[in-house]
Amino acid sequence: MSGSSLLGDALLVFGKDLRIERSSKVVLSQVLPFALMILILFGFGISPDIRVPIGADGSRSVLAQVTPGLIFLAILFSSLLALGRSFGVEADDGTLDALRLAGLDPGGIFIGKAAAVLVQLLSVGSIVTLGAFLLFDTGVDWTWGRAVLLVTTLGAATAGIASAGTIYSALAAGLRVRDTLVPLLVIPVLAPVLLGAGQAADAALFGAVADGWPWVGALAIFALLYIGVGILSFDSLLEDA
Amino acid sequence: MSSTGTTTNGSRAFAGPTASKATRVVGLMALAGIALLLPLALLWSPPEIDQADAVRLFYVHVPSATVALYLAFGVTCLGSLIYLRNQSVFWDLMAHASAEIGVVFCGFVLITGMLWGRPTWGVYWEWDPRITSTAITLILYLGYLALRRMDLDPTVRSKRAAFLGIISFCNLFIIKYSVEWWRGLHQGQTIGIDTQLDGLMLFTFAWGMVTFVLIFAWLLMHRFRLGWLELQATTTSLDDAIAARRAESPQLTGEGL
Repeated sequence: MSGSSLLGDALLVFGKDLRIERSSKVVLSQVLPFALMILILFGFGISPDIRVPIGADGSRSVLAQVTPGLIFLAILFSSLLALGRSFGVEADDGTLDALRLAGLDPGGIFIGKAAAVLVQLLSVGSIVTLGAFLLFDTGVDWTWGRAVLLVTTLGAATAGIASAGTIYSALAAGLRVRDTLVPLLVIPVLAPVLLGAGQAADAALFGAVADGWPWVGALAIFALLYIGVGILSFDSLLEDA
Repeated sequence: MSSTGTTTNGSRAFAGPTASKATRVVGLMALAGIALLLPLALLWSPPEIDQADAVRLFYVHVPSATVALYLAFGVTCLGSLIYLRNQSVFWDLMAHASAEIGVVFCGFVLITGMLWGRPTWGVYWEWDPRITSTAITLILYLGYLALRRMDLDPTVRSKRAAFLGIISFCNLFIIKYSVEWWRGLHQGQTIGIDTQLDGLMLFTFAWGMVTFVLIFAWLLMHRFRLGWLELQATTTSLDDAIAARRAESPQLTGEGL
């Protein structure tokens, strides 16, 4: 199938999934509040009163210190809901077969679905990040370099989560135990993404900006790898879903 | 279920539920290996200078890690690749059997690693890159086994499992290197693993490797045969049920079928 129809089909599926979200507002009204609740729970689990010394005479709360990891943990957990939703709308009505019968390029279906998840996760992730700064009193000394690194990290990590997550959701599509199987399959796979994103965001917030970019590179490679695997394998994954 | 030449030959070779000649020979060799490994590791080999007697755990820890992470999961990956190419039932069962044994060995690696960590580092869990990535790998393959247990059409399940078996093996390396990179920033070289082994210690180590490969081979053959028998039970019981159902209704046994 030609490249234009791949992207054209991807755009169709992408638009379809976003229109479903616009009318149902599941991510906005359910996944986003869930993500914000996780942030508040982190405050309960890790007391905001415990402080660690920084520099000569300053100190920072442990909660603020671990903010980079917490942001991506909240995004990771929310992604499980968003991915469940992405394939829930197909499986419940048997529309995965309909997508195939409509003659859409399987690679296009993959890109479309992954991109829709990406857009939704980026929206949730941006609000979670802002919420974390609001709630955790990080006291970051913002520069353009730090902001660009953080935004790029968010984009690269979310792309990795959306692409790998979409593949594993397709793997469990049509199963009654999909809701419990997908987290078990996808979380170990996404462990490196959490690691890389946590390190890059830590560099963006508190460390040297230059230390963060190699991790962003690794996140981008991870995302590209999974986008490639998805385009190539979605045909056989959908065949028997 | 699509089948190949391997399948039809296999049905004759693996008809009986008892062990074959091959499993008996390999089993005896593995037993002999263990019989020599125990005194070698526990009595005859000397304690190490830094780790003292804790080093003895290495003679089972490192071989089981090598067998689980590379041999067992490698066989799963290979079996999955071959299955996707030619739908060989033999390799599908092989991939499943190997993953299950790999998970058992992986758990053993974690337990022996923690037991070794307590006297050496003072804690059971040190966030050492190797043991951390092994823990994630264990969960990764528990997911593979979970997919294998799904109530699906056998061909669909085998196909999805084969895809997962290949991609999981690639993930094993992604996880391994990312965790090593992460920990490398914080603590440098892993403590205590770069031990100098010589003489009897080196021999014990090599003997442990051979023994664990034999144990793996023995378990693999048995687990493969079990999988084969399970498959036979499912397919033949279904055939029997269909035959019985047809026999109930005389008009269905006519020429039309």
